[in-house]
Amino acid sequence: MSGGVEITVRVAEIEQATASVKRFRLASASGEPLPVFSAGSHVVVSMDDGGHRIRNPYSLIDRAPDGLSYRIGVLRTPNSRGGSIFMHERVSVGSELVITMPVNLFPLIRTGRKHVLVAGGIGVTPIYAMADELRSQNAPYEVHYAMRDEANGAFAAELVERHGDKVRLYRDDAREIIRVEEMLPNQPLGTHLYVCGPEGMINAILAGGRAAGWPVENLHSERFLAPPGGAPFSVALAKAGITAEVGPHQSLLEAIEEAGVDAPYLCRGGACGQCVTTVLSFEGELIHNDHYLTDEEKASGTKIMTCVSRLNGRELVLDL
Amino acid sequence: MGLQFKTETFRDDFTFSNSPEAIHRFPFPFDSDSYMYSVNIEQHMPGPPKSHVEFPIDIDEHYVAEMQDRAMVLKEDPLRCQALPHMLTAEWDLVELLMESMSKHYPEHFSLTKDGDRWHWVNRPLGIDQRFTFGDTATLPYPPMEYVTRQCQGDFALIDQRNDMLFMDAGMITTQADWSLDFDIGMSWTEWHGPVPLAHDLGIMDRALKFLLNLQQGRPVRRLNWTMTVNPRLDTSPENYHKWGVDRTTVTPENVGDKVHLRVELQALWRLPRSNAIVFSIRCYLIKMSELVTIPKWGRRFPRILKGLPPELAEYKGLTRYRDMTIKYLEQFDDGAPTSPGFFPD
Ligand SMILES: Cc1cc2nc3c(=O)[nH]c(=O)nc-3n(C[C@H](O)[C@H](O)[C@H](O)COP(=O)(O)OP(=O)(O)OC[C@H]3O[C@@H](n4cnc5c(N)ncnc54)[C@H](O)[C@@H]3O)c2cc1C
Ligand code: HEM
Ligand code: FES
Repeated sequence: MSGGVEITVRVAEIEQATASVKRFRLASASGEPLPVFSAGSHVVVSMDDGGHRIRNPYSLIDRAPDGLSYRIGVLRTPNSRGGSIFMHERVSVGSELVITMPVNLFPLIRTGRKHVLVAGGIGVTPIYAMADELRSQNAPYEVHYAMRDEANGAFAAELVERHGDKVRLYRDDAREIIRVEEMLPNQPLGTHLYVCGPEGMINAILAGGRAAGWPVENLHSERFLAPPGGAPFSVALAKAGITAEVGPHQSLLEAIEEAGVDAPYLCRGGACGQCVTTVLSFEGELIHNDHYLTDEEKASGTKIMTCVSRLNGRELVLDL
Repeated sequence: MGLQFKTETFRDDFTFSNSPEAIHRFPFPFDSDSYMYSVNIEQHMPGPPKSHVEFPIDIDEHYVAEMQDRAMVLKEDPLRCQALPHMLTAEWDLVELLMESMSKHYPEHFSLTKDGDRWHWVNRPLGIDQRFTFGDTATLPYPPMEYVTRQCQGDFALIDQRNDMLFMDAGMITTQADWSLDFDIGMSWTEWHGPVPLAHDLGIMDRALKFLLNLQQGRPVRRLNWTMTVNPRLDTSPENYHKWGVDRTTVTPENVGDKVHLRVELQALWRLPRSNAIVFSIRCYLIKMSELVTIPKWGRRFPRILKGLPPELAEYKGLTRYRDMTIKYLEQFDDGAPTSPGFFPD
C-alpha cells in the first residue's frame, strides 16, 4: 500500500477499438460512484498475475454520466514485461482489478485563450478527455490525431462525431504527417499546445513549437513511459535486529512498517524531513527521490528519506 | 447530539468565549517547549472523537456567530471574496466538498440530497433551504464559492496549478491574520509568501511547494499555523488595520488574561477533482490566555515558547508590544515542571 485510496473495479465491457487497442469499461464494484476526475488524469491499474503484482498507469478516457464507470484504452505493447499483455489476454468481462484515485500530471491550463490538442496512436486517451472537457467549457480548441491506418479508427470516428470540423486526422499509411510549422504560427497569443504520443512525435512537436517561437510554458506533453521502477532490495535495521525485503512497488518506509518497526514520518512525500534516517552502510547506489536532503547530503551517502528513496543494489543497513 | 451554537460577537463588545469543551478540543500547536518554522505537513486523517480533526471540516459552537460576522465583513467590503473567471470549475468542486462533508458529519444540522444534477441543500442553523442545479451558477443566489463559504467556518483560497507553480486565483478571506486577498489575488506561491521571514532561507517554502504540486486527490493534508490577536477579533485584515492596530496598545497587566488570544489556524489542503485546483482552508480558532491556562500543560508550555521565539517571528506576527506582559501573566502558571511531548493535554 502506498497510502493512497484504492478502488476495486469490475470489467463491465471490452471493445476491440483498433487492431491493437482494447477499450475497457471499469465499473465500480461497490456500486458507489467513481471519483470525478479532471481531463488528462490517469489511474494506476494493479493486476494480480498469479501472486505477482503488475501496476501500470492508464489515462482515463471518460466517466459514464451516472458516474459508475470509467473507460481506459490499452495498446498491446510488443516486448511487454506483462501489463498490457495481461490486460489483453487475461482480463475478461467480470474480472476484478484494483485502481488508484485519479492523478493528473497532464492538466489543461485554464487560463489558456485557445487549446491545440495533438495525439499520436494510443496517446489519444488523455486527449479524448481533454477535448470533451474543452467542449463542455465552450473553450476554443482544435484536435490533431495521427494514426497508423484506417483500421486504427474507433477513436477517430468518435472524435469526429463529437467535435466535428475541430478535428483533423492524419494517416501514416497515406503519408499524412502533422506539420507543426503550418499548425503553430497562426494561433492566437496565449494558445497552449498539448501533445501525447510516441516519443519521436512528442520531440518533433515540441521542437517545432520552440522553433516557432512559442514560450516553453505553453507547450505541454505526456510520455507514456513506465515510472522509474524500483528494483527490490533488502534492508537491515541495526537496532531492531531485523532484516526485511523491500518489494519493487513498496517504499522503504512501508517495508519497515511491515516489519513491525515504528519509523517516523509525516508527509510521506519527501518534503517534511521527518523520516530522515541514518545510513550505516550499503552495497549499491542510493536513489534519492526526496526534496529534503541537500545535494551534498545526498552525495555523502549517510542519510536517506525512507518515504520516497531507495537502494539500487543488494542491502541497505539503517540505524533503526 | 447536536451542537449548541453560541450567541456572541467578534467586534464591538467582543462577547466571544470558549466553553470548557471547546477549550479541551482547541488545536494547541506546540508539541514541545520551543517553536520554529518547519514543513509541518501531515495527512489530514480523521483524529480522535470530539477533537478538532475528528472530521475533515470542523463545525463548532461558534458556527452561527462566525457566519454572521462574515456577512458583516462582506457587506462593508465585497472584495474579501473574489474569483478569477477560470476558477469557476474549482468553485463547484468546493461546493461539493463542503456540502458533502458537512451533511455527512453533521446530519442533524445540514442535509444534502441529490437527484442527478438537481441538488437540495438544507442548512438548519442558518435557516437555509436551497434547491439548485449543480454546475449552473444561475440557480444559486451567489456565485458557487461565495454561496457555500458564507455557510462554512474558515477562510478558503482556491489555488490553480500551472507549469509547476501555484496561483491564488480565488478566495473567501474574512478572518485573516493581516494579509489581503485583494492584494494577493493572481499571485504565485513565491510572491504571496514574500513577507514571511526566515522560512525561505531554510528551504521550507521550496520543499512545501514541491510537496503541494504533487498533492493527490483523496489524500488531503493539513498543518497548523499560529499568531496572537488582541481581543477576539476574526477580521484582522490590512484593510481594517485602523480599527484593530490600536488594540495592541490597550493590553494592561490587569486585562491581559482576557484580552490576549492565541490564534491558531488549522490549514487543510485538498486536490479538487474536476478542476485539478487545490483548496486551502484556513480555519481560525481563538483562545484567551485565561482559558489556555486552564490546561496546565499549555499554561507551562506557552510562556516558554514566547520567551524562546526568534525576534524575526515575534516581529512578523506583530506581538512584540505585548509579549513581555503576556509572558509575565503566563509565568504565574508555569511551575517549571517538565512538559510531556505532544500537543494534547495530559
Ligand atoms: C501517465 C501515463 C499514462 C499512460 N496511459 C496509457 C494509456 O492510456 N494507454 C496505454 O496503452 N498505455 C498507457 N501508458 C503506458 C502503460 O502504463 C504501460 O507502460 C504500457 O501498457 C506497457 O506496459 P507493459 O507492462 O505491457 O510493458 P512494459 O513491460 O512496461 O514495457 C513497456 C515498454 O518498455 C519496453 N521494455 C520492456 N522491458 C524493458 C526493459 N527491461 N528495458 C527497457 N525497455 C523495456 C517494451 O519494449 C515496451 O515498449 C501510460 C503511461 C503513463 C506513464
Ligand atoms: C497553497 C496554500 C497556501 C496558501 C494560499 C498560503 C498563504 C499564505 C499567506 C497569505 C500568508 C501570509 C503572508 C503575508 O504575511 O502576507 C502565509 C504565511 C505563511 N505560510 Fe503559507 N500558504 C499556503 C501553504 C503553506 C504551506 C503548505 C506552508 C508550509 C510550510 C506554508 C508556510 C507559511 C508560513 C511559515 C507562513 C508565515 C506564518 C506566520 O508566521 O504567521 N504555507 N501563507
Ligand atoms: S515522511 Fe516527510 S520526508 Fe519522508
